[in-house]
Amino acid sequence: MSGFTLTGARVVDPAGGRDEVANVSIDGEIVVAVGGQVQGTRVDADGLVLAPGLVDLHVHLREPGREDAETVESGTAAAAAGGFTAVCPMANTDPVCDHAGVVEQVSRLAREAGHCDVYPIGAITRGLRGEELAEMGAMAAQGVRCFSDDGMPVRSAQVMRRALEYARTWDAIICNHAEEAALTGPAQMNEGELSSLLGLAGWPHEAEEVMVARDLILARGRGARLHVPHVSTAGAVDLIRDAKARGARVTAEAAPHHFTLVDELVATYDPVYKVNPPLRTKEDVEAVRCGLADGTIDAIATDHAPHPPEQKEQEWAHAPCGMLGLETALAVTLTELVDAQPRVLTLSKALGALSTNPARSRDIGGHGGPIQPGAPANLVLFDPSQRWTVDARALHSRSRNTPFAGTQLRGRVISTLLRGRFTFRDGVLA
Amino acid sequence: MIPHLLSMQDLSVDQITAILDTAETLKEIALRPIAKVPTLRGRTVCNLFFEDSTRTRISFEIAAKRLSADVINFSAKGSSVSKGEGFKDTALTLQAMGVDAIVVRHAASGAPQQLTRWVDAKVLNAGDGWHQHPTQGLLDLFTIRERLGHIEGLRAAVVGDVFHSRVARSVVQGLLTMGAEVTIVGPPTLLPPRVDTWGTAVSHDLDAVLPKTDVLYLLRVQQERMGEQFFPSSREYARIWGVDRDRLARLPEGAVVMHPGPMNRGVEVTADAADAPNSMIQLQVTNGIAVRMSCLYLMLGGEDGRAADVGGRGSNSERVEA
Repeated sequence: MSGFTLTGARVVDPAGGRDEVANVSIDGEIVVAVGGQVQGTRVDADGLVLAPGLVDLHVHLREPGREDAETVESGTAAAAAGGFTAVCPMANTDPVCDHAGVVEQVSRLAREAGHCDVYPIGAITRGLRGEELAEMGAMAAQGVRCFSDDGMPVRSAQVMRRALEYARTWDAIICNHAEEAALTGPAQMNEGELSSLLGLAGWPHEAEEVMVARDLILARGRGARLHVPHVSTAGAVDLIRDAKARGARVTAEAAPHHFTLVDELVATYDPVYKVNPPLRTKEDVEAVRCGLADGTIDAIATDHAPHPPEQKEQEWAHAPCGMLGLETALAVTLTELVDAQPRVLTLSKALGALSTNPARSRDIGGHGGPIQPGAPANLVLFDPSQRWTVDARALHSRSRNTPFAGTQLRGRVISTLLRGRFTFRDGVLA
Repeated sequence: MIPHLLSMQDLSVDQITAILDTAETLKEIALRPIAKVPTLRGRTVCNLFFEDSTRTRISFEIAAKRLSADVINFSAKGSSVSKGEGFKDTALTLQAMGVDAIVVRHAASGAPQQLTRWVDAKVLNAGDGWHQHPTQGLLDLFTIRERLGHIEGLRAAVVGDVFHSRVARSVVQGLLTMGAEVTIVGPPTLLPPRVDTWGTAVSHDLDAVLPKTDVLYLLRVQQERMGEQFFPSSREYARIWGVDRDRLARLPEGAVVMHPGPMNRGVEVTADAADAPNSMIQLQVTNGIAVRMSCLYLMLGGEDGRAADVGGRGSNSERVEA
C-alpha cells in the first residue's frame, strides 16, 4: 500500500460512536482501515486526538468585494489552520451572492486554493434587501443547500414565509439573521446595565427573541427547514428548545464568543469586542452553554468576520461588527466547555457540535465522520493538552480582530487532512 | 492625581473635593484686573472637537488662557478629519506634535477613553455621546456647593431625557458620590435601561417630587426624540414634566433650579421659570470656567503633573494628593 497510517491517536468520532486509541490508515483520498496494523508510512500521532474535520456553518470570506479584509484563499487557509475541512461562507459579499455567478466564483476560488471545501450560502433576497426572492433555483443547481441574508434580517413576514415555502422545492434551509431591526435601530451593544452606564444604544434581547419566535411560527407546519444563526440570548435558547420538543425542523448554532465572553468587555470601548448579535450577559452565556449541552443548539459556528485594523480602530460607534473565529474555535471550545469545571460538553459532544452535527444539519456529505473504511479522509489531528497564547499577528486570516488575542487556550490543532491530503501539517500550512 | 478626566465615575469624594476647592481659589482670578496667572505657561492644550459645541469649547479656551497655556482649536469641520483622516490618525498626529492636554468632544461614546490608548497627553472629556460630560457635572457640583454650602444630604431631582444625556450620567454620579439623594424623574421611555441599578430613586410624578427637592436639575429634551416615539408631543411633555412658575412655587424655600444649556424654552422650562431668581443657569456658565481651570491646573500644573501653588489660599498640594 502506498498510503500512511496515523498511529497512537485517540480516535474520537461522534458519528461512528467511537472513542478509543486506534490506528487509522489512509490511502489516496479515503480511510482504508481503523484499528488495524500499520499500513504504508507510519505517522506518529501518540497523545493526539483524531477526529472528523471540523465544519463551520457560518463564516464570512469577504471575497468578492472586501479582499482587504479576507479572501477565499486566506479565509480557507485560516480554516485549515483551525482544523476545518468544510466552511459555509455567507452571501453578504459585494456583489451579493444572490445569483449563480458568485456561487461559481467563490467555489472556483476555493478549489484553486485547496485548503478546505467551501459550500457557499445563497442570499434569500436580491441584494439582501428583503424585498424580492433571489433566484434560489439557479443557486441550488450549483449545490447551494442553505439561503441566508445574514447581517440583514428578512423583515417582512410575508417574504420570510414565501422563502420558507419556496425553499422546500430543494428541501433547502432558510437561515434568517435573527434581529427585529425596529427594536435595534442604532444599537451598539447588549441593552442593559452596561449600555446604560456606557451611553451606548442598546441591542435588546427581545429583538432576537421576537424574530426567532416569528420564524419558528412561520416555519411550523410547513415542513420548512429553519436554521437559527448565532443564538445569543437565554430567551432564544428557550424558544428553540420548545420548538424542537414539538418536532419543528429547526437547527441552531452558537458562536464561541457567545458562550465565553460577556458585555462587560465593552467597557474598554475596544471595538474588537463589537459584534452582532452583541456580547450578552453571564446569564445568557450560561443559557447558551446549557443549550449546547442539551442539544437545543446543534452546532458551534464561528461567524468568522474579518475586518481590517483601520476599520476596527475607529470610534466604537463607527467600527463594524464582527470577530475572527476560525483559528480559535476548537481551542476555545476545549478550554471553555470540555476542560471547564463543571464540564459542559464531553470531548465527543464538543466534536459533534463542531463537526458531525453541522455537517448533517446541512446535508454536507463526506464531512463530519464517521471515520470508517471507505469514507473520505477529512480529519483533524489536535493536541488536547497543549497550551498556547493567541497572537493576532500569527493568524492566517488577513485580519487581526480576534477577541481572544493574548488569551491562553488549551488544545491546539496539529494537522488537518482534506481527502487524505494534509492541508495543515505539524502546525504549518501545507 | 487624575491621569485623565474621562468619567465622573472615576472620581472619589476626595478628588472631587480637591477640584472644587481649587476652583474656588481660581474663580477669584477672574476678578483681578489682569485675569491671568502664569501657571501653565509653555503648556499646550488642544481643543479637539469632533462635534460642534461653541459653549464648551469657549469655556475650555478661556480656562486654559487664564492659566497662560497655549491653546489650539482643532475642529473636525474644515480639518483633516473631513478629508477622511481617521480618529486614530488624528490622535497620532497630535501625539507627534507633542501637546500636553487634549480636550475632546465627540459624538461617539467612549472616544476619549480610546484616545488615551494612542496619546501620552492628558485627556479631558468634554462630552462623549450619551456617556459622560464630567466637567459639566463638576461645575454643577461647584455651583450647588457655592450656593447651598454643601452637597451631602441634599435632595436632588434630575428631570427629563436621562436616557440620551451625558450630562445626566455625570451629574447623577457626582451627586451620589458626594452624598446627595437623587431622584430621576421623567417618562419611562426616557429613563436609561436598568436605571434601577443606578442607586437613585425613580419617579414619573414631578409634582409629587418637587416639594421634597433642594436641587431641581432640568435636562434638555431634544425635539427629534418625538419622531422616535419617546413621547407624543412637546406640548404633552411640557404639561407633565415641564417646569413653569406654578411648579417652581412647589419647591421648598431656598431650592435652586439648574440646566446645562442650551435650553428649549417652552418645553422643559418656561422662559419665566428659567429666569427666576433661584435659577442657577447663568451662574453655572460662569463657574464652568473656574472648574475647567481647576481640572487643567490639577492635571497639568507642576513639574510632575502635581499642582503648583497658585497662591491666594495657601498650598493646594496636600488636597491635590489626597
